[in-house]
Amino acid sequence: MKTRNLSNLLLLIAVMAFVSIGFAAAAFAQGPPQAAPALPPGMTGSNANDPRAHLKPGVFDAGEAAFGMKHLLLLKKPTAFDVGTDPDSPMVAKALTSLGIPPTAKIPAELKMSFAPLAFANSDIAFQGNYLFLGNFYGVNIYNIADPAKAELVTSMPCPGGQGDVSVFKNLLFMSVEMPNGRLDCGEQGFPPPTTPGLPAANKERFRGVRIFDISDIKAPKQVAAIQTCRGSHTHTLVPDPKDPANIYVYVSGTSFVRQDEEMAGCSGGDPAKDPNTALFRIDVIKVPVAAPQDAKIVASPRVFIDPRTGAYNGLSDGGSHANKGKAEFSDQCHDITVYPEIGLAAGACSGNGLLLDIRDPANPKRIDAVNDPNYAYWHSAAFSNDGKKVVFTDEWGGGMGARCRATDPNVWGADAVFNIVDDKLKFESYYKMPAAQTEQENCVAHNGSLVPVPGRDIKVQAWYQGGVSIMDFTDASKPFEIAYFDRGPVDPKTLVLGGYWSTYWYNGRIYGSEIARGLDVFELTPTKFLTQNEIDAAKSVHLPEWNVQSQQRIVWANKPVVAKAYLDQLERDSSISAKDAASVRKALDKAEKSKKAKGLAKSIAIVEKAAAASKNAADTARFNAVVEILKQPQF
Amino acid sequence: MAFTFKLSRAKVSLPLVLLGLAVFAVPVFSQDKGPVVVRPGAPGQPSTILPADTRPLPPPISKKDVEFMQGMIHHHAQAVEMVALMEGRTTNADLRRLGARISQSQSDEMNFMKRWLAARGQPAEMKMAGMDMSGMSGMEGMDHSGHKMGHSMMMPGMLTAEQMAALKASSGAEFDRLFLTGMIQHHGGALTMVKELFDTPGSGQDAELFNFATDVDSGQRAEIRIMEKMLGEKQ
Repeated sequence: MKTRNLSNLLLLIAVMAFVSIGFAAAAFAQGPPQAAPALPPGMTGSNANDPRAHLKPGVFDAGEAAFGMKHLLLLKKPTAFDVGTDPDSPMVAKALTSLGIPPTAKIPAELKMSFAPLAFANSDIAFQGNYLFLGNFYGVNIYNIADPAKAELVTSMPCPGGQGDVSVFKNLLFMSVEMPNGRLDCGEQGFPPPTTPGLPAANKERFRGVRIFDISDIKAPKQVAAIQTCRGSHTHTLVPDPKDPANIYVYVSGTSFVRQDEEMAGCSGGDPAKDPNTALFRIDVIKVPVAAPQDAKIVASPRVFIDPRTGAYNGLSDGGSHANKGKAEFSDQCHDITVYPEIGLAAGACSGNGLLLDIRDPANPKRIDAVNDPNYAYWHSAAFSNDGKKVVFTDEWGGGMGARCRATDPNVWGADAVFNIVDDKLKFESYYKMPAAQTEQENCVAHNGSLVPVPGRDIKVQAWYQGGVSIMDFTDASKPFEIAYFDRGPVDPKTLVLGGYWSTYWYNGRIYGSEIARGLDVFELTPTKFLTQNEIDAAKSVHLPEWNVQSQQRIVWANKPVVAKAYLDQLERDSSISAKDAASVRKALDKAEKSKKAKGLAKSIAIVEKAAAASKNAADTARFNAVVEILKQPQF
Repeated sequence: MAFTFKLSRAKVSLPLVLLGLAVFAVPVFSQDKGPVVVRPGAPGQPSTILPADTRPLPPPISKKDVEFMQGMIHHHAQAVEMVALMEGRTTNADLRRLGARISQSQSDEMNFMKRWLAARGQPAEMKMAGMDMSGMSGMEGMDHSGHKMGHSMMMPGMLTAEQMAALKASSGAEFDRLFLTGMIQHHGGALTMVKELFDTPGSGQDAELFNFATDVDSGQRAEIRIMEKMLGEKQ
């Protein structure tokens, strides 16, 4: 017995020694990071000579490069959402202790800040009036942006559960929750691991789905409804029904595991061939009575992947994939859906496929086309052009956590794909990828963006994680090109620490960027050869009372002189009007605006109509017509 | 928070305090100045104002989370080992391309998992070094392995030594068949591991881990279907 005890003791000492070596060796065990795989033959990588390719790393002192846009403001994460950025601070030690990580644990310095970057990551943005709603895996922060350059925090609302995709409609704020730490009561404690074994994982206090808050008092949001779904809500999209203003619909895209039946009755993740009730291969539709949001409920679970001939749910299971890397995804889920209620269409970015849906009956979306693409790994999000005739899809190759914009990463992987909609079919035209090579330390791939309302052009401002912001023109769907950008160096010089832009959206004259690690950025466009001050001012003339980017509203420009001047700049750029004629019309417009009188524009109308007679293409003709329209009935 | 500030500094008479209250006391829910931190309640329940200096709490990590990562590193390593056997044993271009992808993504993921563990002060390989040493029974494992615990650890779906030997000994069409059936079995094990993770109370709440486990599930599910298709075409 004694010998046995002694050997046990020795064993214990050996184990303890091994454990401490383990702690110390943890970083060592990581080994050198794998070298980037070579560029596949015949493909082009990102540009290593771009000024954005070699910026100085840093959290708040990183190098910056900008073209055509000016950084106005960075608001760091609010206290209630910030675990700090100093690895040696007591705050970080406290957070680690709360996770049961002993202070004696030897955590490599460069990894110390990466214990919870995603848990407090900023995510999507919604806008209403003077307020910006910034989603976060930990809740929502509300900012007053009445003066964008002096934007300020109004409300921090902790309510964890990721990813915190947000939308706003009248007095209601919507938020997506998918992670198992989500609680009905918004508690930040999640579900602490039980000390006694044998307890079930199912818990009725857990919440995964869509929360609805009443924000009538912007400083005191109140949860009024929480609609549970089987796979939670990775993203959601508001779908106003033009015919039914008393209700608003919500399309719920769930991408994670199906929870247990014990937690939510009726949930099953079974094989679609055997289980007609499977929560896979569907989206959920919530109907929300605007005046009684507490009565919101799921009213349909459309089988948008169905094979109409056989009735099989998994009718689109041959999703595209890159030839030799990335991950093939089968379509049993939508990741994000962008709706355009006015034209009755939705574009679904649904893992292995891009879908075109008819949503004239919002509760019963019907698939009218589906595409896949040999270069696409994961269909992630979509945006229509303002005329509804084009769709830009994005491919979140690698899921956003990886460095996928290196010089060795093909510029058609993890890129946008621009499609024309021809006779209700999606017709592929081109790829667009933020062109600058990024380092191994920068997670980078196509992510969320919105239109920039420059009349006469299709322009999108888009987030590329640590690849920064890239603004592209896709007026010609076959030739998209970059017109402006902003980028910072990597968060960390040695390790890939999650960061960069989740979403960059235009709203009423400024661009707002949701930076995962750093906070909220505000930008302004500046004129370049690709974009004139008149075009920027024309975009700024558009004021939207509410803006949920995935619920597209048609942008309409008032007949303001600056809008005509923007068109004239475009016509002049295309050599469709002479510089002299354009200048003379602009001068007349300025004079009219000053005097607030439309008289004296007759001569200009004649000039423009004459030039229009020689128009080279339909786009220019539309611009000429718009200028004439404004000259005839200007609004001052 | 003008209200608190005034009161805490006020060394004044009661009437003045009352006057102060009358002037400065505003309804809690509509302070005009400074941001508020407010935690909503359950649906229909009131919200709670939290102190302005409230700091966030990361989601909990469980022993199972750590074991999942350690086990998955071990599990992934076998997939990489299996792909390495392709050299000299098969010329099937489709299979080699699939193998290269599996190897690349699983190596990538192993790096990620090692980083995740290291950032939380956890070793990459040893089963007994969990978060909470007191509740752990890692000692038992020492009896049959002696030094390197992970080595003899069998995670769900992993090929046995006999299966690996058979794969090693085969070539051509037989290798292709054994590789596909073996990798389908192997990937199926990963799905089991993810299910076990989310079926364990208190687990899968860390955001990176949740994100990763979700990716493993969808990615390996997809690869299983590709492999089943390849296997079906062969037969």
